[in-house]
Amino acid sequence: MILVLEAAVLGVLTGGVYALMASGLTLIFGVMRIINVGHGALVVLGAYLSFVLWRNLNIDPFVSLVVTMPVMFVLGVILQVVFIRPLKADREALSVLVTYALALGIEGLLGFFFTSNYVQITAWYDTASFPIGNFRITYVYIYGFLLCLAILGAIFLMLYRTTFGGAIRATMLNRTAAQLVGIDVDRVSAVAFGIGMATAAAGGVVFGITNTFNPGSHYDLISRLLTIIVLGGLGSLRGAIIAALIMLVIEDITAVLISPVWADFVFFVVLVVVLLVRPQGLFGLRVRERL
Amino acid sequence: MRRALIAIVAGAGLALTACGGGTATATPSPGTPITIGVSVSLTGDFSSDGPALVKGYDLWAEDVNKKGGLLGHPVTMKYVDDLSSTTQVVTNYQNLISSNHVALVFGPYSSLLTKPAATVVDRLGYAFPEPAGGAPSVFALNLHSLFFVQPAAIEDNLVSYTNWLLALPADQRPKTAAYATEDDPFTQPQIDKARKLLEAGGIQTVSYKVYPAETTDFTPLALKVASSNADAVILGTQVPDAIAFVKTFIAQHYNPKTLIETAGPDQGAQYSDKLGANTEGIMVPAGWTSGSQAFNNPTFVAEYIAKYGGTAADISADSAEGYSVGQVVEQAATKAGSIDNQKLIDTLHTGTYQTVQGPMGFDSVGRPQGGVGVFVEQWQNGNAVFVYPAAVAAAQPEYPKHDWQ
Repeated sequence: MILVLEAAVLGVLTGGVYALMASGLTLIFGVMRIINVGHGALVVLGAYLSFVLWRNLNIDPFVSLVVTMPVMFVLGVILQVVFIRPLKADREALSVLVTYALALGIEGLLGFFFTSNYVQITAWYDTASFPIGNFRITYVYIYGFLLCLAILGAIFLMLYRTTFGGAIRATMLNRTAAQLVGIDVDRVSAVAFGIGMATAAAGGVVFGITNTFNPGSHYDLISRLLTIIVLGGLGSLRGAIIAALIMLVIEDITAVLISPVWADFVFFVVLVVVLLVRPQGLFGLRVRERL
Repeated sequence: MRRALIAIVAGAGLALTACGGGTATATPSPGTPITIGVSVSLTGDFSSDGPALVKGYDLWAEDVNKKGGLLGHPVTMKYVDDLSSTTQVVTNYQNLISSNHVALVFGPYSSLLTKPAATVVDRLGYAFPEPAGGAPSVFALNLHSLFFVQPAAIEDNLVSYTNWLLALPADQRPKTAAYATEDDPFTQPQIDKARKLLEAGGIQTVSYKVYPAETTDFTPLALKVASSNADAVILGTQVPDAIAFVKTFIAQHYNPKTLIETAGPDQGAQYSDKLGANTEGIMVPAGWTSGSQAFNNPTFVAEYIAKYGGTAADISADSAEGYSVGQVVEQAATKAGSIDNQKLIDTLHTGTYQTVQGPMGFDSVGRPQGGVGVFVEQWQNGNAVFVYPAAVAAAQPEYPKHDWQ
């Protein structure tokens, strides 16, 4: 029983990190109606940026976000303008190809500079832990979860308490109508892509501390992130958060209670059942309309 | 929404995809350059092992060319990335043989990839000396053209370790053991055999978990092992999970008396720079160590450092295994007086070949014979050293393992 509780707590904490990574993906879809299959590669790129600052300048990985998040934001804006904005027709299908090419390009560049050897960011808190009852929690999971709360909280505040957030929500609701009322949807899209990449950098730093990674690590990651946003409802920020928590808690409990072999299967049974009942995902249209 | 879902499915398909007949050519005329083709994993799950293998192959090619080539044929290596995919590896060998008309082929990394590749290579009439496909399922193919260039079949990798554990005085011997392994043909047969031997020796199994090779979050698995509080922990790992398990054990303050991992600790600095001093006492089955005095090994180590830099501790066993494949082929070619594939196949089934991993021969399906076996290596004071059996040991086994630092 203690082990199940421990797995559930761990699922919530790691689920928060996946929520952070998936939030950018779902935000980008909500605003631009594009499927960014390169998002996993962007998370890995964020992890490498923090890795470089940690290895070469001895900067704490969480502190390095002060540098990596703005850098990734700017890079995101540039990538959106250069690669995504020119897609005028059939955006959803073409975006898959363009962003997949982007992922391969990033993987190739990272491979050139860092080789395919596995790396990992290490810090005192990646193995240090504290007791809660009969089990121990590693500090990095707590820090990662707090980072997730802070960043997702900031995104929600921006969306609901700022004029620009209103423009983003309007664009998510109806791109054409938003244009008609004078919103510069191109600008909104570029900034949203930048925000998506900045959250990828934040998710990447925790990913880089809790996992060994190499340039090819994005394949497993993107499969999971896409699954999360489908369960949560495409374009729904809240949906992505809830779905990430559900996914990780189910997988972790199944892994310790039954078998790791069944972990993915049990989650996908839940996914299929949800999609049968609500094809738009847990929070699909309803929440997106409210956003 | 429907279009979005279709696009999502297409995207996921693309992402997953990436994870993913003829006859032997005539023997080249004397003195002409030849190309040796290899499918290597430069991306995907085995992307850290693939480049290490390439280093070993390249180093051998350089050495053989310094001596005038393979039976007088200057050697060029041709590598094609297989993305760690079981389908791509088949396509690669088909292309290398049928389209590129390479003179010889060497094996890829892992049993997972060797198995599908070996079938097509055999059909095309080529010899298939390979460094990393030693799972029972590979030999079950019953191929006469395959030669596994390691000191023992994979399933026997942990036999030395179990012998050592069971030889400990009864009052020191572990009472319980926990096992966890990837469902990979390289790792699981080792763990299953070790479990069988240890259970027969009276060591009780308190946890046994098999997990998919695609697993990315190993923490729940490691928690399960830690909660068993077993005296001995035996893990069927590659590099990422080997590191992740240890980090969770450290966080949980779980100190088993002995811990062995099938792969990871044999990868030199790629493993130790993530764990620092906490590598102390961790064991790994190894057929090769940089300090070994086996045939040409000191030269191999010196040349490796001169070419790639670093220290002896940085050298991956994958590189030594790749280099050994070249050594075996070179000796077989000399013995046969030819680089014709059929003659090489016939020759390799007879006699003993000297490698940096020690001497070895091959039975009718390419299983290594007469080798020195796989030993137990342990990290001690920042270096991986042979500790068992005594005949090759450079140090005494550290037992019980020290607590995490």
